[in-house]
Amino acid sequence: MSRDIKIKKGLNINLKGEAEKTLSKAPRAATFAIRPKDFHLVTPKMVLKEGASFKAGEVLFYDKNNESVKFVAPVSGTLSSIERGAKRVINQLLIQADAEDTYVSHAPLDLSKASAEEIKAHLLATGCWPFITQRPYHLMAHPDHSPKAIFVSGYTTAPLAADLDFTLIGKESELQAALTALSKLTSGPVHVCVGRDSNSPLKGLKDCQVHSISGPHPAGNVGVQIAQIDPVNKGEVVWTVKAEDLVIIGELLLTGKFNAERIVALAGSCLAAPQYYAAIIGSEVGPLLSEAQLLEPNSRVISGDVLSGHTISQAGFLGYFDNTIMVIPEGDDYELFGWNKPVFDKISSTRALTFSWMQPKKKYDLNTNTNGEHRAFVVTGNYEEVFPLDIYPLQILKACMVQDLDQMEALGMYEVAPEDFALTEFVCVSKQPHQKIIREGLDLMYKEIG
Amino acid sequence: MGLKQSLHTLKEKYKGQKMAPAFNALHTFLYTPNEITHDGTHIKAVDDLKRTMNTVIMALVPCLIFGMFNAGYQHYLATGEITAVSNGFFSTEFWQWSNLVFGAWKVLPLVVVSYGVGLAVEFLFAVIKGHEVEEGYLVTGMLVPLIVPVDIPLWMLSIAVIFGVVIGKEVFGGTGMNILNPALTIRAFLFFAYPTWMSGDKVWVAGAQERANQLAAGMDVDSISGETILGSLAQNKSMGYELWDMFYGFIPGSVGETSTLLILIGAAVLIFSKIASWRIMLSGLIGAVVMGLIFNGVVDAGWISSNSGFYGLMSTPYWLHLMIGGLAFGIVFMATDPVTGAQTNKGKWIYGFFIGFISIMIRVFNPAYPEGVFLAILLMNVFAPTIDHYVVQGNIKRRLNRLKVKNA
Repeated sequence: MSRDIKIKKGLNINLKGEAEKTLSKAPRAATFAIRPKDFHLVTPKMVLKEGASFKAGEVLFYDKNNESVKFVAPVSGTLSSIERGAKRVINQLLIQADAEDTYVSHAPLDLSKASAEEIKAHLLATGCWPFITQRPYHLMAHPDHSPKAIFVSGYTTAPLAADLDFTLIGKESELQAALTALSKLTSGPVHVCVGRDSNSPLKGLKDCQVHSISGPHPAGNVGVQIAQIDPVNKGEVVWTVKAEDLVIIGELLLTGKFNAERIVALAGSCLAAPQYYAAIIGSEVGPLLSEAQLLEPNSRVISGDVLSGHTISQAGFLGYFDNTIMVIPEGDDYELFGWNKPVFDKISSTRALTFSWMQPKKKYDLNTNTNGEHRAFVVTGNYEEVFPLDIYPLQILKACMVQDLDQMEALGMYEVAPEDFALTEFVCVSKQPHQKIIREGLDLMYKEIG
Repeated sequence: MGLKQSLHTLKEKYKGQKMAPAFNALHTFLYTPNEITHDGTHIKAVDDLKRTMNTVIMALVPCLIFGMFNAGYQHYLATGEITAVSNGFFSTEFWQWSNLVFGAWKVLPLVVVSYGVGLAVEFLFAVIKGHEVEEGYLVTGMLVPLIVPVDIPLWMLSIAVIFGVVIGKEVFGGTGMNILNPALTIRAFLFFAYPTWMSGDKVWVAGAQERANQLAAGMDVDSISGETILGSLAQNKSMGYELWDMFYGFIPGSVGETSTLLILIGAAVLIFSKIASWRIMLSGLIGAVVMGLIFNGVVDAGWISSNSGFYGLMSTPYWLHLMIGGLAFGIVFMATDPVTGAQTNKGKWIYGFFIGFISIMIRVFNPAYPEGVFLAILLMNVFAPTIDHYVVQGNIKRRLNRLKVKNA
């Protein structure tokens, strides 16, 4: 049963510096890094020691809480250092890459015959499991759960994020293999959402229900799609997988090779030649930035999209789950009478002497300035305009802040992920950190309720 | 070294010190700070609280300027020095320099005292508690002079402002945390502490009280009657004003509340800029009309005699109620306060409706003091969290039902 979903509430943020749809091979990076922080609440237990050499796909560490979940190396090389922070928490694993990759070779799985248990064990052992995320709590999926459905978003609406219609071209067989495997892991269907007018490679695949969706951001967020198709109730679990990660899973299932290469959009107004590159997970972004011609030294490099990504330095590394690298100007400057003068060059959700409503198609060059100071919640009703879930955003945020577990549960905390609150955070007049509040709320619930 | 740089140096110097919030308040008034985002959204919309509050102030400015002219006009009209308006909104009798000068002389001190005292308290609390000075008072400080009689002694206003800011807001934790609208708390304080200065027929026209004192002292002068329309109606007298004069605002009343026309313009600004809730304004209007129609119906049905003390206001046509007294001002500028009003969109409809409804009810049933809107808003401020609670409960029930249907 395929559905046509229309989202009305939301906001498209049009930014300058869209990646041109040409694909180049990224120059081979010399250093790679894996940040265990990318795997929220995973406590890494190292398998390899500093100085050890390994092939691509070899296990680097496993999850202490869940020993069957292995995390593997994206390239072949040497573990040059394990950087630790306070309480010896591992911040980063630095890898010195070989000039060319040699891969661990797994036996390909015959998907037509494999059982759910075999598929699960295969994904766990080969390092593909971390690509599966669960709701509630927006964490890495727990292998013992049986989800009621699995969701894949094949639609991109986040500002300047990598366009899945482009990055998935030619990957039909990998996508199909991954979807077939996933369909055996759930009692329900695998739901795939594609843009209404897109020619997504995901259209027409089998072992899944393909829905079409249209509307402004966050229509492409999987959380919005779950809410429309089959919302998460208390006691239920759904899994989500990013479409670009299906390619890695699919290739592993078909060829037995963990190929961590994905197509990454380099975008943002600080790049002279924004375009797409085939890059490997964890690779250093420095060479990529010079390929794409970084213009402004005082700029913010973000792994992920501009609403939910992480700040990395210009010598930083591509995050484990990211397919976009954004570079936008830093906004660490004062602006004379910035609070009352008419504004034409920034986006606003109001019309208080702000004129972005007059030019909805105009592309803006936004910087990282907060445009005002942090305040208590004052304005009401503005979040609802950009928030398409049937949840009261202000009320759930306040419930998280006062750590009222009953209220958080009642208001729909099981259905949300931090990224669902990116737009409300963007328009927030009080400059409150919504995504952080929700993340902390989810962590608290996970700890207390589990 | 430019101003920007020297201020930045000063800011770094004051960082972490006691006076930092006070300095930052002045600094951010001039420059939007150089704060940047961290993880979370890396970009932010341009709107901040200062811009939001500033928009409300700009919407209030026409009412303030009109209020100055009106203060002078009412005074000179009462003393017989000018004649009544004759030519619609742009009557020359009204828009005269002498009116403005007199009115400004009366009204600007109110503005200065309101901002001066209120901001002093705000700064003090910010420094003591070590948080930034919040912008909430920028609007409150503008509202206060507009909702008091023009002759209110400045020391009374100061005490009321201190009470309103401390008890109405700061004890709850400052802007965003308060339960009652601070401007209305200030007005309520004045009303209950100094009722003779807030009601009756001697306070609404500048100089009326003074003239009454002179008369009492036996001086040979004419008395000035400065009754509001509501006051007249409550005593079953006729209104004594032309319809359009009431709409334009050439009538006695609190400083900024009289001109329905300019309030409507302010409402248009607030709704268009998406700063204030059109839901509250519209439902407030509907509530007032419904209550007005009920009273008109009672009169039409002959259930009340014309001798009754309530007859004058009850028989006032429902649409006229919208133009007289502070109803329009209250609904547009005070009921829409997002902090003290209902916070859910559905709740706003209910909240606004009852403000309009109860305003007219108080107006008709309270002959001693027929201005009901500020009490109605304060009452609904108290009930707003309850309204929201039930609206949110609806959402919670819907979520639970979804699960039940599934398991059934």
